[in-house]
Amino acid sequence: MEAENVIEVRRLGAILDNDDVVLSDVSFTARKGEVTVILGISGAGKTTVLRHLLGLYPVQQGFVSVLGRNLAELNEDEQIDLYLQMGVFFQECALMNSLTVEENVALPLEQHTDLPKPLIRDIVKMKLGLVNLDHAGHLYPSQLSGGMMKRAALARAIAMDPPILFCDEPGSGLDPVSLKALDQLILNLKNQLGITVIMITHEVLSIMRVADKIVFIDKGLSVFEGSIKEALQSEVPAIKDFFSVLVKD
Amino acid sequence: MSDNRQHKRSLLQAGKLSCGLSDGRADLSGRLTIAEAGVFSTSLMRHLAVQKQAQLEINLDALDYIDSAGVIALFHVSKQLQHTGVRVAITGGSDSIMKKLELFRPDTLPQADTPITPGFYDRLGGKVRNFIKEYVFEYVILAANIFYWSVSDVFKKKTRREGEFLNQTIHIGVNAVLIIVFLSFIIGFVMALQSADHLRAFGANLFVVDLVMIAVTSQLGPLIAGIMVAGRSGAAIAAEIGTMKVTSELDALKTMGLDPVRFVVIPKLYACLFTMPVLVLMSDVAGVLGGAFASYQYLGITPEVFLNRAEEIMTNKNLITGFVKSQVYASIIVLTGSFFGFKVIRGAEGVGKMTTTAVVVAITLVMLADSILMVIFY
Repeated sequence: MEAENVIEVRRLGAILDNDDVVLSDVSFTARKGEVTVILGISGAGKTTVLRHLLGLYPVQQGFVSVLGRNLAELNEDEQIDLYLQMGVFFQECALMNSLTVEENVALPLEQHTDLPKPLIRDIVKMKLGLVNLDHAGHLYPSQLSGGMMKRAALARAIAMDPPILFCDEPGSGLDPVSLKALDQLILNLKNQLGITVIMITHEVLSIMRVADKIVFIDKGLSVFEGSIKEALQSEVPAIKDFFSVLVKD
Repeated sequence: MSDNRQHKRSLLQAGKLSCGLSDGRADLSGRLTIAEAGVFSTSLMRHLAVQKQAQLEINLDALDYIDSAGVIALFHVSKQLQHTGVRVAITGGSDSIMKKLELFRPDTLPQADTPITPGFYDRLGGKVRNFIKEYVFEYVILAANIFYWSVSDVFKKKTRREGEFLNQTIHIGVNAVLIIVFLSFIIGFVMALQSADHLRAFGANLFVVDLVMIAVTSQLGPLIAGIMVAGRSGAAIAAEIGTMKVTSELDALKTMGLDPVRFVVIPKLYACLFTMPVLVLMSDVAGVLGGAFASYQYLGITPEVFLNRAEEIMTNKNLITGFVKSQVYASIIVLTGSFFGFKVIRGAEGVGKMTTTAVVVAITLVMLADSILMVIFY
C-alpha cells in the first residue's frame, strides 16, 4: 500500500513586494516516513518553498497542504496547532543564545505542555542523548562547536516528537565526518521514530545517503520529482549539471 | 590649406598604445587596456574635433592586445563620432582581438532597463506614503500587539519564562542606577549654582529650593532617567531583537508556536514599567541632593532649612507627574526599541543601523512625550 502524502504543493507561486517572481509553478508531494529533498541551485526558490510550508510566507497562488491542512485557510490558533506537529531545523540553528542547550530543548515542552518539570528534564536528557549531546546540556550555544550546535538544534526540533521535520541546509558549514554523522542521525530519526523529513541541502553526498525522493526546483519551477536513481538518469539540463560533480573527469 | 591637412599624419600616444592618425584613418598599435582606455578616448575625440572628417576607419591590425575596457572605449568613441555625423568603421585585428570585440561589444551585453525617473513630487509622495505605511502604521500595529500581550500575559503565569523578569529588571533598571544618579546629582548641583548668583542679588536665596524641587521632581528627574534608559535599553532591545531576527531565532520561535512579541518583548516591558518609577525617584532624590549641596556651599542654606522649605513646596502632584511620565517613557522605550529590532534586515550592518535609529527615535519621542505631559500637568 502506498504511503499517504503528508505534504501536497500544487502550482505554488510567489511574488515579492518589488514584483519579482520567485516561484512561478512548484508542485510536489511528500510521503509519510520518507526523506524528501528539495534541490536546486542558489536562488532557485528552495528556501521560499520551505518558508511557505512553514507558514512564514502566506500562500499567494496555488495550494499548500501540510498534514492534510490547507495552509491558506488556517487561522492563527490552527497554525499554532500545526506548528506543534512540526519540527524545524534552521540553517543558522537559531538556538536562543540566552538559554543553555537544555533550556533550548525544554522551551517548547514548557510552553506547550502541562508536563511536570522533572519529566521535562528527563525528556530533554533523552533527546540530547539521541543526538549524542547528553554531556553538553549545561552549555550555552556560544560554547558549542558547529557540529554540536547543529545537533542541539536537531534535538530542539524533535523535542515535541513532531511527525514531520523540516531541515534547511542542515549540513552547511560542517566537515564531511560531522556531516555524515548528522545524516545518520536524521536517518535514525526517520527509521526509529517514523518522522517524515523535508530537507533542503546542496550536499550531494548527503543527498545520496538520505534522500528517498528528490524534488528539483529551477528558476521557480519544479522540474523534477522522483527517486535519486531517476534523478541521476534525468536528461533535464539543470539536474545533469547539479549531479555532474559525481562524474569523474 | 585643405591639401596640407590631407597629407598630415599625427601620432597619439596613450600609455602602451600608439594611434597613427592620417586623413580618415586611425591605426592602433600596442595595447588598449583599462590603463590606456581613458586617455585614448579623450585625446582621439579632442583631435578629431579639430580635424573635421566625414568618415573614419579605425584599424586594429597592429593592435597586440585589448581588454574589456578597451573594447568599450573603442565602441564609445565610435558612437560619439557617429552622433557628430562621422561614419566610423572598425577594421582588421587578429582572431583574438575579434573575439574580444564580439564578446564585449556593448550592444551584445544585456542592457539594463532605463529606469523612469519620477519627478520631485512623485518622489516626495512616494517617500511620505512609504514612511506612513512602513513606520507609522506598523508602529501602531506593534503597539496594539504589545498592549494585547501585556494584558493577556498577566493571566498566563505558567508559560512565563522563569527568572526572565528579574534578568530584565537587572539589565534595564539596576545597571542604570549609577549613571542616572550621577547625572541627576550634577544637573541639580549646576542648576542651583547657576541660579544662586541671580537669586542672591535679589535677596531671594531661599527660592533656590523652590527652583530645584520643582524643576527636578516634575521635569528634570524623569527626563534624565528617560533619556538614559532610552539610550541604554532602547539600543540593547533593538540590537537583541535585530540579532535574533538575522539569526532566524524569531522564525524559530514562530515555528515553535511562540509569539516573538510575547516571548521577547513583554518581559522587557514589564521590567521597564516596574523599574522606571524607581529610577525616576532615584533621579529626583539625586538631583535634589545636588541642589542642596550647592545651596549649602554657595548660598549658605543649611540642609535643615533646605528640607523644611522642600517639605512646604513638595506636593503629591509632583510625584504623580513623575510616576505617569515614567510609565509613558517606559512604554515608548520598549516599543521603539522592539519596533526597530523587528525592522532589521541585511545582517550585522542592519543591526547597527537600526540600533542607532532606535536610540535617536526613542530619545526624541521621550522628549516629545515630556513636552505633551508637561502641558497636561501644568
